[in-house]
Amino acid sequence: MITSASLLTISNTDADKLRRRYRRQHIGGRAFLYVAAVTAALVAAGPFLWSAITMFKLNRDLYNPENNPFVLNAPPTGDHLTFLFTGTPFLTFVWNTVWVGVLVVGITLLLALPAAYSLARLNRPWSTPMAVGIFFVYLVPPSLLFLSLSRVVATLGLQDSTWSLVLIYPTITIPVSVWLLMGFLKSIPKDIEEQSMVDGHSRVGAFLRIVIPLSFPGIVAVVVFAFVLTASEFIYALAFISPSPEKVISTGVPTELVRGDVFFWQSLQAATVLVAVPIAFVFNFFLEKFISGFTMGAVKG
Amino acid sequence: MTGRARMPLADRDSFLAKAFLLPSIVYIIALVGVPFGLAIAFSFSDITAGDPSFDWVGLRNYRAIFEDGTFWQSLGNTLVFTTISMILVVVLGKVLANILVANFRGKWLVRFAVLLPWTTPVALSTISWLWLLDSVFSPIDWVMRQVGFLGPGENTYWLGKPWLAMGSVIAVHVWRLVPLAAVIMMAGLVSIPKDIDDAARVDGAGFWRRMLGITIPLTMPVVAVAGLFGAILTFTDMAVVYVLTRGGPTNSTQVLASWAYLKGIQGGDVAQGAAIALFLFPLLLGAAVAILRSVRRMETL
Repeated sequence: MITSASLLTISNTDADKLRRRYRRQHIGGRAFLYVAAVTAALVAAGPFLWSAITMFKLNRDLYNPENNPFVLNAPPTGDHLTFLFTGTPFLTFVWNTVWVGVLVVGITLLLALPAAYSLARLNRPWSTPMAVGIFFVYLVPPSLLFLSLSRVVATLGLQDSTWSLVLIYPTITIPVSVWLLMGFLKSIPKDIEEQSMVDGHSRVGAFLRIVIPLSFPGIVAVVVFAFVLTASEFIYALAFISPSPEKVISTGVPTELVRGDVFFWQSLQAATVLVAVPIAFVFNFFLEKFISGFTMGAVKG
Repeated sequence: MTGRARMPLADRDSFLAKAFLLPSIVYIIALVGVPFGLAIAFSFSDITAGDPSFDWVGLRNYRAIFEDGTFWQSLGNTLVFTTISMILVVVLGKVLANILVANFRGKWLVRFAVLLPWTTPVALSTISWLWLLDSVFSPIDWVMRQVGFLGPGENTYWLGKPWLAMGSVIAVHVWRLVPLAAVIMMAGLVSIPKDIDDAARVDGAGFWRRMLGITIPLTMPVVAVAGLFGAILTFTDMAVVYVLTRGGPTNSTQVLASWAYLKGIQGGDVAQGAAIALFLFPLLLGAAVAILRSVRRMETL
């Protein structure tokens, strides 16, 4: 009795010791995680935070190397923000980016959805190699093609026109969209579609009435992804278009808000923040979908 | 056979598979395949922006490039730039992915912040950096002056000295691509079967033991894919170089893509620009083959 009781007490204190040790370890690990997460967030978002402060600075505040660049040393001003909207073609760039993006996404879905369905569902012997081939087209970079494409665009009479981007951007968005959509289509159970065909729909009918509505969340994710890709593209937009009313955000802002050696710094920073935040916000919303889409596209099904 | 023939087209899988895929394939061949062939043809011609008629000149453009010291410098810069960026992107991406899969308060905000560099159009975020690295007003210099690394009135001239300029271009690139690598690697981390990790935990394996024994070996193929993606996006990109340094000072940050742009679009020598850009292709092919191998290995896991 005595021995077992002493054993019990020993094991109790031991357990306490262990418990404390693990708690310490746990708290240490948590603290480390928080420090790492906050550091990562600050390094990533730092330039944007600082841009957000700079856009409200007066010139005499900004152009004094002695002033602390991270705080307002003089009263804030909205003049540079107003200038961005009234004194520069910024709104034209935004509008061009939006309508190009919408048309490109439309063309992309029209072509990529059936292609993805064919590769994901209508199993042919060539389906898998074809899917891999299409994926590799995504890796052919604009820097390899922009010179010959600029001749093609000139021949078609689209040089210096925003329409050239509507024509060329689907070559970037179609391959990656096909890949993502294949993943989403594969995740829809086959029997749902087969049932609808038993019920009298044709294959095309099942695709239009059953498959597309069911993969709607995936389609929305692809729309967002394709739109962001077109909004970020730089080389084609720079090579094809030089007059400013035809430019898009990614080329217009860095070229038009710099006149000779004069940079409209606060307005540039404002433009960066105004474009960056909404895109990242929407993207973050769909992040989980992109991750699952990329992995599912790789899974054979 | 007759039954098959009587089947409506909308139900014949073999027909539909081709018909659904064809539009995408035609689009890609017309605007990626043909321009790629044209780029090769251009590199053997004397096409300029002013005189777009095609005359065969054999290897003249290639000889001119090989004799130009800038070519060798750009090639060297491209390789240095790509190698260092890729290593940093993979290591930091791995760290970031591990942070992002953990559960903590405020995760949403951290994820939003971390995604900003990648989702913002590259030309805009690079503009922010242009000011962060400014020769007189750089906030980084201001901090260094406060800490005492720089004397009063001293500046680092981040973009004015060859090695610093290269370092700055690499840093901005890494900052921009790490989130993408992290997202790809998150997909890999999420796909590790939970029971393996749990079993190791029960056996008393600590964080590093599990990291080295399970996480890293199991996610190696995904890490390779993320790294190769980073490499392709790095050596084919010219936006960061173009906005930050235009290749300067004295070509010390000139890469193949930016040099091809300067020659082909700004200089108007389309033929020589095309020849320069084609040197990206062997690098691209190598990376593509490596990606394919990693994906194969992933499928056998």
